[in-house]
Amino acid sequence: MQDTIPHLMASPRSAKNPWLGKRVVDESMVWTRKVAYIDLTQGTIIAKPIPKDLRRLYLGGRGIDMYLLYNHLEARINPLSPQNILLIGVGMLCGIPALGSGRCDIAAKSPLTGAVGDSNIGGFFAPELRLAGFDHLVITGKAEKPSYLWVNDGQIEIRDATHLWEKDTFETQDIIRDDAEDDEVKSLVIGIAGEKQVRFANIRTGMKNAAGRTGMGCIMGAKNLKAIAARGTLDIEFAHPDELIEYSLEMNDKILNTRWAKAQSRWGTLIIYSNTNTTGLIRTRNFQRNRLENGEDLEPESMDRYTIGMSGCYGCSVHCRHRYVLKEGPYAPIFGEGPEYTSLGAFGTMVDCKKMDTILVANHLVNKYGLDTLETGGLIAWAMELYEKGIINKQDTAGLELTWGNEDALFKLIKQIAHREGFGSTLADGFKPAITAIGKDSASYAIQIKGMSNLHSDERPTPSLALNIATSTRGADHLRSRPAIDLYGLPEELLEEIYGVPVSADYTSYEGKAHMVAWQERLYAVTDSIGICKFQTVFCSVNAPKWDEFSKLIYLTTDLQLSEDQLMQVGERIYTIERLFNLREGFSRKDDWLPDRYFDEATPIGLPIAKGKKINRERFKKMLDEYYLLHGWDENGVPKKETLEKLNLDQEPSHQV
Amino acid sequence: MQKILFIDPEKCSGCRNCEIVCSLHHEKVCNPNRARIHTVKWETSGLYVPMVCQQCETPLCEVVCPMHALKRDDKTGAVLVDYDLCVGCRLCVVFCPLGGINVDTESSKVLKCDLCDGNPLCVKFCEPQALRYLDATAVNLKKRRAAAEKLSDLMKRMVQV
Repeated sequence: MQDTIPHLMASPRSAKNPWLGKRVVDESMVWTRKVAYIDLTQGTIIAKPIPKDLRRLYLGGRGIDMYLLYNHLEARINPLSPQNILLIGVGMLCGIPALGSGRCDIAAKSPLTGAVGDSNIGGFFAPELRLAGFDHLVITGKAEKPSYLWVNDGQIEIRDATHLWEKDTFETQDIIRDDAEDDEVKSLVIGIAGEKQVRFANIRTGMKNAAGRTGMGCIMGAKNLKAIAARGTLDIEFAHPDELIEYSLEMNDKILNTRWAKAQSRWGTLIIYSNTNTTGLIRTRNFQRNRLENGEDLEPESMDRYTIGMSGCYGCSVHCRHRYVLKEGPYAPIFGEGPEYTSLGAFGTMVDCKKMDTILVANHLVNKYGLDTLETGGLIAWAMELYEKGIINKQDTAGLELTWGNEDALFKLIKQIAHREGFGSTLADGFKPAITAIGKDSASYAIQIKGMSNLHSDERPTPSLALNIATSTRGADHLRSRPAIDLYGLPEELLEEIYGVPVSADYTSYEGKAHMVAWQERLYAVTDSIGICKFQTVFCSVNAPKWDEFSKLIYLTTDLQLSEDQLMQVGERIYTIERLFNLREGFSRKDDWLPDRYFDEATPIGLPIAKGKKINRERFKKMLDEYYLLHGWDENGVPKKETLEKLNLDQEPSHQV
Repeated sequence: MQKILFIDPEKCSGCRNCEIVCSLHHEKVCNPNRARIHTVKWETSGLYVPMVCQQCETPLCEVVCPMHALKRDDKTGAVLVDYDLCVGCRLCVVFCPLGGINVDTESSKVLKCDLCDGNPLCVKFCEPQALRYLDATAVNLKKRRAAAEKLSDLMKRMVQV
């Protein structure tokens, strides 16, 4: 069933669309929410129901986004062309009062890496989109002029955004709210970086939430799409509402009883620094040191100078973000949210800046322009090392003195990247084009995988974390499979209980770690598909909810019964379809590899266990073989025929929707 | 002793769990538009204020209701809507000084906090304790202590000078 009405669709409460809006007897809302296909070139909008079978196989959010991406995207297109597809997906559990259930998944072919582009974003947009009647948007083509999408109670309009162009990410959201005369409008927006098609531009919502890493904001810019605004009043129906209230309360207690949630409630992810900067698991000066000397001001306690309170995403009881006010300095006054550990690394340890003020200003700038914090900091730190080594000089940087800790140059370069000005234009396309442009041996200093910068963590002492970044479908990305609990020195009995196989308790070991990574991949794929926060599953704490809890929550919200094994298989399916996508785009085993420095340079300082460590090439190769084997992929990382059959992937692309 | 749904906006983290659970409990759906509590936000300056009926001593809603559909519940002290009498004229919405009464997007009738019959769920779901259900005297005690703390800070500073 489908209806095609340019710019407008019938109200969901009309008799024509009985599957949407009003309560459907014995059905939960997941079955009533639709996928809308929006062609910005033609101005057409088509809505379709999402088949139940597809829900069972891919759940929602990232899972269905990955299915749609593999099915609808033509192979090897230019990611900046109108053929690229921008996907917006709501997680399956969206709307429950627990576990940060407001996660939204955004996908496309990445303009940064050419691989899977996929970002998971918190905040308040996903629930508003679901309240407005849609779980998925498939956006193709390119609008003739700056436009934005207006989604409201089953209707979608393409609206003029000329007045929003060149506005920053905060102003844009305010203007859309003012235009609609409604404070409750939630928007996904891009800033100047997205407009200028910086290849690692973010999509932003609220003060802090950012769909980062893979350049989804760049895709919006390439489509002339400034924003997607949603406002909805349609009920989100759950299969067993009373039991859901009780179980949600139980889930909130469960997560808040973990030590990590308690620390995050107070300090946010900045608390990680207190650990990594004393153990040697952090990168400073790009890749030169693994401790920031005299870096006391970056300890989370410093945030007390600026914090007016904490802030949480939709349905989250942890609230890990600071609401901060910076009252002094040339950029003041600033009100912002965050900063994350990621920003502390990007604009602190990586570039050798040692003041919290610097982090707060830089964090504000990237948020305002809509730039990825990690990629921006990673590129600038690389440029600083090149400057130090004399590979680039003051002429190349158009007068910027890229010396370590030069805060002024840092701020200027952030602005230049966002606006594609000066030396910033060299960095604005990401590592691969910048390496080509700069030449010489600049490549050997770049800490990147598949064209994406790595977090400021040092994985040389930790083979599990190294495998995590080498194999991620997104590039050098920790969030696809980080087995962070490997760092806790947990007893082997407990590790075996979680992972189901023997795993070494020593984080410098290679034993069982491939299994650990594959297990986390499945868990996070499901987490991103049911749309809850990764911090509220087995990321930071072994006691956080996982398969059993997910299974029960899926049942209470949708009535779907999926066992632990079935959910693991869903995770495996999602990860494998991402692998198929990357293989189709020309990626192969050689791309699942670390920068040479991981194998050749030993960590200079750190705890005795972490000091003097580098990754062993041969053992890493063996671990990669083991990892492929665990997935049912051949030695080149290509899924075997029987694996595809087992995962119902042998018929893909199946075009079910 | 009478209990009060006490709001402390400084502690609110803006997660909207109160709205979600309110609509889930009363309407059996998640729909913040149909909740009896609402967090008003000034996003770009980071201010969040939960707004909910305060069960006033002299409830204007009760005074203006032409159908006498609003009455206080002796057990909980909540002013309740009798839906058999309510005709949906929304005078109570107009006169409530706090915006504490909402219009249901489904039935067009009015919605207001009933304190969940003495066990408010929003309080249970408010981790930062921006919402608390306290004895009337405790409210004053806590406010007084908070004010005194500010004064004592000031005094400490004066002593230091």
